[in-house]
Amino acid sequence: MSDSMSKLIRTTADVMFLFITVFGLYVVLHGHLTPGGGFQGGAVIATGFILLIVAYRLDDFLAWFKKSTFQSCETTGLVVFIGTALAAIPLGYLFFMNFLNGAEGLFGQAVSYGINPGVLNTAGTIPIMNIAVGIEVLGGLSIIILYMTSGIRSREEGE
Amino acid sequence: MIDNLPFLVVAGTIMIGLYAILMKKDLIKMIMGISLVESGVNLFLIALGYRWDSIAPIFTGAPSLAMVMPTVQALTLTSIVIGVATLALLLSLVMVIYRYYHTTDVRKVTKLQG
Amino acid sequence: MDILLSNLPGLLIAIPLLGAFITPILSRAGDSIRTTWILIITTLTSLCGLLVASRVLESGPLVYAFGVDALSHVIPPDSGGIPIRIIFTIDPASAFMLIIASIVGFCITLYSISSMEKLSGKDGFYTLLLLLIAGVYGMIATGDLFNFFVFLEISSLAGAALVAYRIDKGVAAEAGLKYAALSTLGGMLFLVGIGLLYAQYNSLNMAVIADRMQLTSLDIIAFVLFFTALAMKCGAVPMHFWTPDSYAMAPSAITAFLVVSSQASLYALFRVCFTLYGGQINPLTVGWIIIILGVLSMFVGVTMAIPQKDVKRLMAYHAVSQTGYMLLGVGVGLAALSSTCLSQSVGMMALKGGLFHIMNHALYKGLLFLTAGVIMYRCGTRNLNQLGGLGHSMKWTMVFFMIGSLAIAGIPPFNGFASKLLIYESTFLFNPILAVIAMVVSILTLASFVKVFHSMFMGPVLPEYQDVKEAPMPMLIAMGILACLVVLFGLFPQQVVDMLVAPAASALVDYHGYISAVLGGA
Repeated sequence: MSDSMSKLIRTTADVMFLFITVFGLYVVLHGHLTPGGGFQGGAVIATGFILLIVAYRLDDFLAWFKKSTFQSCETTGLVVFIGTALAAIPLGYLFFMNFLNGAEGLFGQAVSYGINPGVLNTAGTIPIMNIAVGIEVLGGLSIIILYMTSGIRSREEGE
Repeated sequence: MIDNLPFLVVAGTIMIGLYAILMKKDLIKMIMGISLVESGVNLFLIALGYRWDSIAPIFTGAPSLAMVMPTVQALTLTSIVIGVATLALLLSLVMVIYRYYHTTDVRKVTKLQG
Repeated sequence: MDILLSNLPGLLIAIPLLGAFITPILSRAGDSIRTTWILIITTLTSLCGLLVASRVLESGPLVYAFGVDALSHVIPPDSGGIPIRIIFTIDPASAFMLIIASIVGFCITLYSISSMEKLSGKDGFYTLLLLLIAGVYGMIATGDLFNFFVFLEISSLAGAALVAYRIDKGVAAEAGLKYAALSTLGGMLFLVGIGLLYAQYNSLNMAVIADRMQLTSLDIIAFVLFFTALAMKCGAVPMHFWTPDSYAMAPSAITAFLVVSSQASLYALFRVCFTLYGGQINPLTVGWIIIILGVLSMFVGVTMAIPQKDVKRLMAYHAVSQTGYMLLGVGVGLAALSSTCLSQSVGMMALKGGLFHIMNHALYKGLLFLTAGVIMYRCGTRNLNQLGGLGHSMKWTMVFFMIGSLAIAGIPPFNGFASKLLIYESTFLFNPILAVIAMVVSILTLASFVKVFHSMFMGPVLPEYQDVKEAPMPMLIAMGILACLVVLFGLFPQQVVDMLVAPAASALVDYHGYISAVLGGA
């Protein structure tokens, strides 16, 4: 981890990082229509960050993204998730109720049972929770890999 | 026989995983064994939901209504997430043990005895 | 206010989860804000638990479904009569365990606030503590098998991370690794059992499976898997090897709550034996298996405890031994309720003894672990050979330790005596040898705690502990609450058994009541 990889790998990682992030956001947003959702998309985006960690030196990576950035991503995602779940209680429903299902405007009309061409702005609170979980998972998995990589560094210095 | 093939593969995977946990003397290999057992159990859950000549349970642009069981796929997804978190915790603990004991041989990591 | 009261079972896990997720944000604002937040969240959670328990004990089982629009729509009208969502089913046995978790959860948070004052890494500690509390509450309250598995894994992972929290030259990390690896294996076995049951009955709900159950050979395999996984999680003897390591190396408040977590797994074992497979399994066979596990745990636990030098490791072996008492009581209850030559009251008395012992054990074992934590906090060591003469300066701690050790040995004015007497009487009528073994184990327990008391508190003041002061006030308050309850439950056991334990025992045996509470009288 004390040396960055060759120019070929670094350039490829730079280009692929953008594509991986866009694909991951696509998987997160379309979670209620196609396979995917919060955890899967968040793991794909975290893979993009891990590609950058592997290609560059850890110090260079930490100069672009600090550890506290990922920590706040994780916390924000969790708070939005539990807040959306709890927001159903003051409205008179039970915990975790999908209270935006079929509300007109931004959240579209309710979908009936059966085969349909998927419309993106249906399904109420599910896309909100998908986005929250996606942000949280990308923060969480990146923090795990960052701390493990920093652990390798300190061990090498000690030997 | 062809009906039961997924379940035979599941049994084989879990057996290999148990062999790795019980017989190998390195901590990392034991954790790989735990990961194999988890993969075997996830495969078991998905294989339970299969129905002959059915497609994936997605309503968006689906050609027919004969679909496999979707509930087990939700169970498997939750189990995979739990597996990721467990592996992260186990591997971090092995890193800490290596830093203090300077070995990952399970016969030497025995300060708590009796 | 009405909305809050009707949503109480949902708030039971929502409040600790909300607290756990907001704690990292509040930590940036300062120490005292975080401490106040933790205290508020824990007080609200314990209040919520006690309110739910009191509502259930006065008006019958509560069912709460997640994600419906009104409280009466638990069974959707187009589902063919089955509840298709995740539900919480709180019947009097769950209410009994909720009371235990509420009391112990509040006391250990009060204790941790002062024991963690001078240490670092506090926001991670408190987040994990609130996640552990949420996981245990979820395990107790849920009525759905897969939901139970998820909460089991949450509490295992949070518990393993907390066990390894003070790294302590790598030894605590070894204990945490053992706990995490064994918990994961147990969880995987449990998941295979869930898969087998789902494949046959197409439902994950405990009441629906109990209703549709016909005992095929796959169901017997699933029962064996559930039994092994839950016995592994609660520390019964062939699988108890994680218990002394984890209980010894964890911070003391966490150890007191890990005891409650093991007892939640024990409660789940009883739920599987009595309600999920209610009336289908052979009660004599399963009862005798539980009795044999209990006797082995009692004996191995107490004999391994006598030569220990580390205080908390000794107490952990005693925890294994007392788990044996609970298994013995409930096993005798299961076997005696089906035998034809003993009356029903013998089985019910054994069941009441086993369940009452769960509550007593959580209280006095929590008290003992907190006193051991005070000694570690003030003196820096847990080795009995190096401690001595602490009774001169730590008078309150000595009194609390004495109350705890007399309670665990089963001496009359304390609560251990009441539950052990119920177990002795019923076991003697069932099979006299078991009662003799139980009494011998009790005597050995008293012997080992007399040894610990003498070597820690009696004797002259050692020179290196000259200026050891008494424990700080929040720790004394936490231990005082537990000690008062130990004494109170010992002085008035009949009222406690009538109000709390007897409804729990009859709810556990009555599986038709559980099924009709969820499925609506079908």
